[in-house]
Amino acid sequence: MVHLSGPQRRGPDLKELVAQVAFGDQDAFGRLYDAVAGPVFGLVRRVLRDPAQSEEVTQEVMLEVWRTAARYQPDRGEVMSWVLTMAHRRAVDRVRSAQATADREQRVAARSHMPAFDEVAEQVEGRLEREQVRRCLRMLTELQRQAVTLAYYRGYSYREVADMLSAPLGTVKTRMRDGLIRLRDCLGVES
Amino acid sequence: MTGGAELHTLTGAYAAHALDGPERAEFERHLALCEACALEVREFAATLARLGAAEAETPPAELRARVMSGIGSVRQLAPPSAVVPVVPQPTGRRRRSRLVRHWPKLALAASVALAAALGGLAVDQSRRADEADARATQLQAQQAVFGSLLTAPDARTATATAGTGVGTVVWSQSRGQAGFLASGMPALPAGKTYELWFDDAGTMRPAGLLPASSGSLLLQGPLDGAVGVGVTVEPAGGSAHPSSTPVMLLPFS
Repeated sequence: MVHLSGPQRRGPDLKELVAQVAFGDQDAFGRLYDAVAGPVFGLVRRVLRDPAQSEEVTQEVMLEVWRTAARYQPDRGEVMSWVLTMAHRRAVDRVRSAQATADREQRVAARSHMPAFDEVAEQVEGRLEREQVRRCLRMLTELQRQAVTLAYYRGYSYREVADMLSAPLGTVKTRMRDGLIRLRDCLGVES
Repeated sequence: MTGGAELHTLTGAYAAHALDGPERAEFERHLALCEACALEVREFAATLARLGAAEAETPPAELRARVMSGIGSVRQLAPPSAVVPVVPQPTGRRRRSRLVRHWPKLALAASVALAAALGGLAVDQSRRADEADARATQLQAQQAVFGSLLTAPDARTATATAGTGVGTVVWSQSRGQAGFLASGMPALPAGKTYELWFDDAGTMRPAGLLPASSGSLLLQGPLDGAVGVGVTVEPAGGSAHPSSTPVMLLPFS
């Protein structure tokens, strides 16, 4: 493998790995797994809570990465964003599926209080990234922050979010977007 | 009814997967027509991925083993089908038929690619039908060989990047051939093209042109003693010798 352009980065170049995975390179897939499985599992677990279901979904997501590697478009975004978008979609689908319904209603009932961002699990690994995300979340208004975190970390639809916050649908829609614009700028996400 | 302006405010909810059913479908129809919305959704997806990555947690070790053994039974999708028309090497009939039997896995990819290529040819009114037929036959032969290359037991790969683009070369010593997969190569000005070269230990041998920014092609000519593959930017139509420094070099190592 050669790296001819761009500065030397820490860790493997994920775009290169995906290109190799697209050719059926299993070693490259192993390295890609090592780079993304932690974020995938962590995010899925955050949405689903249940460890066994989170493992299942993580496995599904990684197999999907293997299956669709050739369809990844490097000019459309980073590998991590591609993989975590897939992971979030699957976690949300799982949480909204019929078999999860009963479970979910119980969870909603049990959580009359609004979740706060200090519920973000403490872990040594990735602490800097976590700190930056927290700092940026603090810069949002209360309603923006709740709209974004209830939808993303809990997998609620924006209608459910509106119910939970007793806010009009239109307000939740715009707060979610405004919150994401602030987060995007705070985290320095480039298009 | 929701108007265009109101639909635009759904970018956040859409990126967070907080839209369901008809609303999601309606927004996706809007998204296909709204470049600004598509950009915003991509930015939000990247933003949310940062929120997701901040939750990273080490998965159980046995999950890795399950996933690694699982991929063996999952068929991979083919690369997007921007087939690159390179004049193929004349291939002996016996050899071709033997190779063709080796590419069932890629057969669908080849036919999809071929359909795309034929679609492109159909709208090209300057070409006569018999030329199209000949091209199709050539493309089919090329795809067959490319497919067999991917499934060769000694197939190996190397990857390099150039700007937003990623190039991967796959080669097989037993087949004596190499293929190239390009993805998102930076667009070139009119009158320029990417040309591929075999590196014969310092001497560059032309191996075909890459007119599209994404797609796969079988490199023209045998591997012989080549030590790698290079990519340069050349005037349209290609050059006999490289006229610029390579944008990518991929050693066979």
